[in-house]
Amino acid sequence: MKFFGSSDSTAQDAAAAQRAKLTRRSSSLAQLIKSLDSEETLCILDLGSTSPANIRYCTERGHKIYSDDLLISSTDPSLAIKDEAGKPTLDSKRFLEENLVYPGAQFDIVLCWNLPDYLDESLVKPVIGRLWSLLKPGGMLLAFFHTQEAGPDAPCYRYHIMGGDTLEMQHIARGDGKKGSPASKFRLQRVFNNRNIENLFRDFASIKFFLARDNVREVLVVR
Amino acid sequence: METPKTAEFAHIGKSVIIKGELSGSEDLYVDGQVEGSIELAGNRLIIGPHGQVRANVNAKGVIVQGKLDGNIRASERAELTKSAIAVGDIITQRVAIEEGAYFKGKVDIQKETTKTDGAKPVTAAASAAASSAAASSAATVAMKINPSDGK
Repeated sequence: MKFFGSSDSTAQDAAAAQRAKLTRRSSSLAQLIKSLDSEETLCILDLGSTSPANIRYCTERGHKIYSDDLLISSTDPSLAIKDEAGKPTLDSKRFLEENLVYPGAQFDIVLCWNLPDYLDESLVKPVIGRLWSLLKPGGMLLAFFHTQEAGPDAPCYRYHIMGGDTLEMQHIARGDGKKGSPASKFRLQRVFNNRNIENLFRDFASIKFFLARDNVREVLVVR
Repeated sequence: METPKTAEFAHIGKSVIIKGELSGSEDLYVDGQVEGSIELAGNRLIIGPHGQVRANVNAKGVIVQGKLDGNIRASERAELTKSAIAVGDIITQRVAIEEGAYFKGKVDIQKETTKTDGAKPVTAAASAAASSAAASSAATVAMKINPSDGK
């Protein structure tokens, strides 16, 4: 992140703030909430866009929360390289040197939200591998995957925990992350089927699927 | 959330650049650039909308409206407004983050913090390097800035 540069995104912020929030029910969240509400001093990693609601929800219950908008971090233009075949890709090694680094921290819960669906292909497996090592044994990871029916233009959302099984969703664009880039849509990179998801989390101890009505498959994974 | 009136705050204006350790016993409003550390135990710090701070910050209350790259330790309260871009950990008793703020780091709420007397004299030491307009801004900075010779 450039600090002494200039980036005035006030207009973008205002527009983003005005975007309507949608509400959805989440069965997987309901399971996580049981832990959040009953256990003390959990360590939580939220990989979605900065959510005051999530920070408030967790800190009010005495938990520590780390916020790291990984999707925005992945849009850093300096990560772009070419692979051996000359095709454009992202430097996953450098990405992991600069992100998901928390010395001494191990997490009870990782909130991935819809990150794997929108993250560049080159980063998905390395990121999930790193998350495995960041989770405590028995720790849980929550992720959402679109089904085929969602279509390539499925909007990217940020998620706010409202409590119980209720989430608020807010549409996000690239420019909302304040890295100086103009607002543009995050594109769904691919659709994972059940087998793909199982492979992605094959190092984890268990995986539980929840099929929702809005063409989203919720996944709760235990390390 | 109401931002405190800053008329009584010591000001670091938009055109001022400070590198080094900044400490004091009065409230401070930073709208310029600070690189190093800021120690205001018992007092409040506001990083204004133009403020760009690359420092660990220790104060009673911290409000970030601009950019902060560093850890916040606020004995009472930390607040990130909607224009804030903050990278670093926050350790405080109460935290408020407005919708639209960008935050990357840890939030650790600590109910008991060590009380400080806040009786340190106001000094801004180390290598303080003012920009070309610093002379005019210096009149509004209610603290002594001593250019450092590195000793």
